[in-house]
Amino acid sequence: MTASTTSPTDQTTSGSRGTTPPVPEGAVAVTVKIRRFNPEVDPEPYWQSFEVPALPTDRVLNLLHYVKWYLDGTLTFRRSCAHGICGSDAMKINGVNRLACKVLMKDLFAGDGKQTTVTIEPIKGLPVHKDLLVDMEPFFEAFRAVKPYLIAYGNEPTRERLQSQADRARFDDTTKCILCACCTTSCPVYWTEGSYFGPAAIVNAHRFIFDSRDEGAEERLDILNDVDGVWRCRTTFNCTDACPRGIQVTKAIQEVKRALLFRRT
Amino acid sequence: MALTTEQPLTIDKPRSSGRPAARRSNFELYSWLFMRLSGLLLVVLVLGHLLIMNILDDGVHRINFGFVAGRWASPFWQLWDLAMLWLAEIHGTNGLRTVINDYARKDATRFWLKMLLYTSMVLILAVGTFVIFTFDPNIGD
Ligand code: HEM
Ligand code: SF4
Ligand code: SF4
Ligand code: FES
Repeated sequence: MTASTTSPTDQTTSGSRGTTPPVPEGAVAVTVKIRRFNPEVDPEPYWQSFEVPALPTDRVLNLLHYVKWYLDGTLTFRRSCAHGICGSDAMKINGVNRLACKVLMKDLFAGDGKQTTVTIEPIKGLPVHKDLLVDMEPFFEAFRAVKPYLIAYGNEPTRERLQSQADRARFDDTTKCILCACCTTSCPVYWTEGSYFGPAAIVNAHRFIFDSRDEGAEERLDILNDVDGVWRCRTTFNCTDACPRGIQVTKAIQEVKRALLFRRT
Repeated sequence: MALTTEQPLTIDKPRSSGRPAARRSNFELYSWLFMRLSGLLLVVLVLGHLLIMNILDDGVHRINFGFVAGRWASPFWQLWDLAMLWLAEIHGTNGLRTVINDYARKDATRFWLKMLLYTSMVLILAVGTFVIFTFDPNIGD
């Protein structure tokens, strides 16, 4: 396996796990083109391509592991569960925000025996620390700002806070968020103005605003009614398309707008 | 372990966000609503205007001083044009306000671009309204 570099800098070309393993039967060589950046040596980001054997059942994450383990141990990215649960490996794959652990190679192969190229970039709108690793703090700051926890006043109940099935269903969709940031970093408004709370924060506010056990809806609606709140959304649906959990993100945002328009004012 | 940091040993509370408190104002809500309502009215006003000025009869070829004078003799068309002027101007200004909010990087840039925008809006509204109400068909006499 060879790594072709377009960088002026000298990259280590050995992986973190030694020699390459045997290529499995049925694997196809694909080009993995990665947007790389090491702030300590690179003046600016550049593209680097690797040849990697891929099975149709591989996820993009497997290819990144291959690069890191056998070709270039300096490649930096986040991942934890590798099963679409922890939300740590959001990245821009072939131009769209996806979790690397949820994109199957069989869906990316170019037809007709053409060479397959998979481009991988860091998610957009957050500062890049290194390679595919971005600073998530601005994202989590917006999350914290909408008070994403149960707010209840008065005496604690002596038993569970009960809720009907219908009341639970009201906000079921937005409980599924894994805070991966695929949505917020696909939002053109967030790209240009980082103070916009962004779809993920609104999804998590929605999860409590429409929870019958919660009493903090007015506080959160006030926050989302201000200049960086829901009125900034231009209804472009990028966030809904990006969400790996299939959450109807734009719909949740519209429901918050509707609550502001018709429940109050 | 030796402490090498010169920064005070404080850390933000886990729930802090560093944003100013919400302003409890419905301005953004009304501005959003206004874009939709004025947009609806503009469909009728602007398309009607384009139809009359560019398509009916001879279209643009019949437009001259007399044609405009004839239309503005009627309070109906005066009101039509007045509504179109105000709605389109405020709609466009509010739209550009959104765009400036999105794209301006510095607070000072944002502030001055908006001042420029609001000044131009006031001037255009004033001059336009003035013309509609004080138009004199016998100006050349
Ligand atoms: C013909 C009827 C029109 C309709 C139905 C209409 C509708 C709308 C709506 C609904 C928005 C809000 C979009 C959003 O928040 O996502 C908008 C934005 C805007 N409109 Fe109009 N509009 C019309 C005519 C005009 C005219 C005549 C002007 C110029 C004077 C104009 C300038 C703008 C601008 C600058 C924006 C902001 C764009 C942005 O948010 O990025 N529109 N329009
Ligand atoms: S629908 Fe709204 S929040 Fe979602 S990407 Fe578009 S502008 Fe951003
Ligand atoms: S709403 Fe979806 S895309 Fe956005 S952070 Fe949550 S899981 Fe990720
Ligand atoms: S690694 Fe946990 S979601 Fe992909």
